[in-house]
Amino acid sequence: MKVLVPVKRVIDYNVKVRVKSDGSGVDLANVKMSMNPFDEIAVEEAIRLKEAGTADEVIAVSIGVKQAQETLRTALAMGADRAILVVAADDVHQDIEPLAVAKILAKVVEEEGAGLVLAGKQAIDNDMNATGQMLSALLGWSQATFASDLKIEGEHAVVTREVDGGLQTIKVKMPAIVTVDLRLNEPRYASLPNIMKAKKKPLDEKTAADYGIDVSPRLEVVKTSEPETRQAGEIVPDVDTLVAKLKEKGII
Amino acid sequence: MLESFDQSEELQMFREAVRKMSEKEFAPIAAQIDDEDAMPDKVMPLLRDMGLVQLQVSEAYEGPGGTLLMNCIAKEEVARHSFAVSHLVGACDFAMVLPLRAFGTEEQRRHFLPQVATGNITAAIGLTEPGTGSDVSGIKTTARRDGDHWVINGQKTFITKGDTAKFINVIARTSEGTRGGGLSSFLVEQRTPGLTIGGAVRKMGLRGIKSVDLFFDDLRVPAENMIGAEGQGFKNTMHCLNYNRPTVAASALGLAQGALDAAVAYANEREQFGQKVIQFQAIGHKLAEMRIQIEAARALLYRVCALADSGATNGLAEMASCAKAFASNTAMQVTTEAVQVFGGAGYLCDNPVERMMRDAKVTQIYEGTTEIQKLIIARSMVA
Ligand SMILES: Cc1cc2nc3c(=O)[nH]c(=O)nc-3n(C[C@H](O)[C@H](O)[C@H](O)COP(=O)(O)OP(=O)(O)OC[C@H]3O[C@@H](n4cnc5c(N)ncnc54)[C@H](O)[C@@H]3O)c2cc1C
Repeated sequence: MKVLVPVKRVIDYNVKVRVKSDGSGVDLANVKMSMNPFDEIAVEEAIRLKEAGTADEVIAVSIGVKQAQETLRTALAMGADRAILVVAADDVHQDIEPLAVAKILAKVVEEEGAGLVLAGKQAIDNDMNATGQMLSALLGWSQATFASDLKIEGEHAVVTREVDGGLQTIKVKMPAIVTVDLRLNEPRYASLPNIMKAKKKPLDEKTAADYGIDVSPRLEVVKTSEPETRQAGEIVPDVDTLVAKLKEKGII
Repeated sequence: MLESFDQSEELQMFREAVRKMSEKEFAPIAAQIDDEDAMPDKVMPLLRDMGLVQLQVSEAYEGPGGTLLMNCIAKEEVARHSFAVSHLVGACDFAMVLPLRAFGTEEQRRHFLPQVATGNITAAIGLTEPGTGSDVSGIKTTARRDGDHWVINGQKTFITKGDTAKFINVIARTSEGTRGGGLSSFLVEQRTPGLTIGGAVRKMGLRGIKSVDLFFDDLRVPAENMIGAEGQGFKNTMHCLNYNRPTVAASALGLAQGALDAAVAYANEREQFGQKVIQFQAIGHKLAEMRIQIEAARALLYRVCALADSGATNGLAEMASCAKAFASNTAMQVTTEAVQVFGGAGYLCDNPVERMMRDAKVTQIYEGTTEIQKLIIARSMVA
């Protein structure tokens, strides 16, 4: 079975995000970018499936600007076998929307004959939480979202999902799309031997046009604003004062 | 922080991976390593799996084929949290990888380097003796030829990792000579009869990595374990130092960065006279000065790495000395100032800066004291 893992290049989670002065979005010029953390978990899970003999090949795919090949090299250094870069934008500020990404991924899945797609539950830049679901609709495949545990049992995938207030275990028919949550695994560090090996692994470059997909935006960003700055806290001497303060502010 | 030296995506990825590992695995145990003066068993396998113990062994000998630059990146990131652990990065470089690469026969490389490439062994270098430190030419340990063996007698001291190393590179006198002449290098395997390992010296810092006395009593080492030509031991060791001193600078740099990180965090939190102490110009400027030193040390170090990795040898010795002297002085100053930024809390053993200050001192001493580095630099400028 081939496992396809879409990976997105996003602003690094350690970077203090700055809104562009015209409010059109977040400033990404010369900012540290890295693999979406949920995608890292997806790559790790795919590699584990391969190590367990369940998967034969792990293919990482990224759709976006050319620089996303760095993100793909990270996936290769973690242990993916090969990578496909679909160049769909020139400007780092152009975000490819979930539907366009899902459409391209659907084509790649068909072309590769993948049997499982492991994706992050959402990207930490736009928090859309949509690509996996859209892909499942386009392909007519089963979907299991927010996975915190995954087992492939013959024709089925048994997935534990993190839902509000607890866990839900479901069994879906393969082929399937599984979107992964934080607690599924802990991604490995890219080791030096694997970083060196990654240099020699194949990385194919395609364009959105190769797949005949129009990536022009359907959504319009009206405004982007900085979160309100947090008010300074206050240290209280004891619980009674705390309760009194909370009452005073009408919180309790 | 800008890391403009990590020019390729590979280097960035590598630094990132080592940084994550160091934060997660070594930061939590650094104090314990110092406190107990012992290295937990889990450390070597972690470093091995990342390819760091065996980093510079080339692919031809089953290693990952990393460069000196990578070695320094790794040491910097590891030393940021644990100076002691950083001594296991490239743990066989000075004693084995560097001399075998430059002076070993193909047969010796095929025999020794794949063992290093497993990442499971460490090696030690045996230069210093009770009567000789800076002046290596005063070495008294002797090696006498006896058929297809050499017989070693004498004593070494301060031998770091000498207790656990699989191989010890012993520099011994094979003939009379002046200015380092007559010395040769031998790879002695642990547990060879005639080798006695003394107790570990008690140190102010670098705890968790032991330094021991070694005694050689008619120890027989096969002739094929002599690395490089007979009588060339001093010259060859000086050559290897050009490639190892930058890694000492890297550990020193990491230590300084770790101390700055801690000091900045503390100064942004601690309040006196109704404001964060970083708001006092005296503290702000102190932190700025620390930062300047660190950035300069980093720029110098990575320039030397680029020079060494390019294969250039002209001027390398004095450049390596510049980096070693500057980075180790930086480590000492920055860690000392970090303690000052912490105030009384900095003097307590519960804060990392106290350990870092104790650790920093040795970087000005081993692998050639700062005075010796200056001597090398000065000599290179004599017309
Ligand atoms: C923790 C630790 C680990 C070590 N690990 C090892 C190891 O693994 N293997 C090994 O072989 N050695 C090791 N050493 C020894 C170390 O390399 C020596 O301590 C160092 O080279 C200095 O030598 P010394 O101690 O004999 O000092 P000395 O040479 O006696 O120096 C005393 C003082 O005189 C100064 N001085 C000496 N000569 C000159 C000169 N020509 N010009 C100006 N000033 C001079 C020195 O700078 C110093 O300030 C280690 C030392 C320590 C502390």
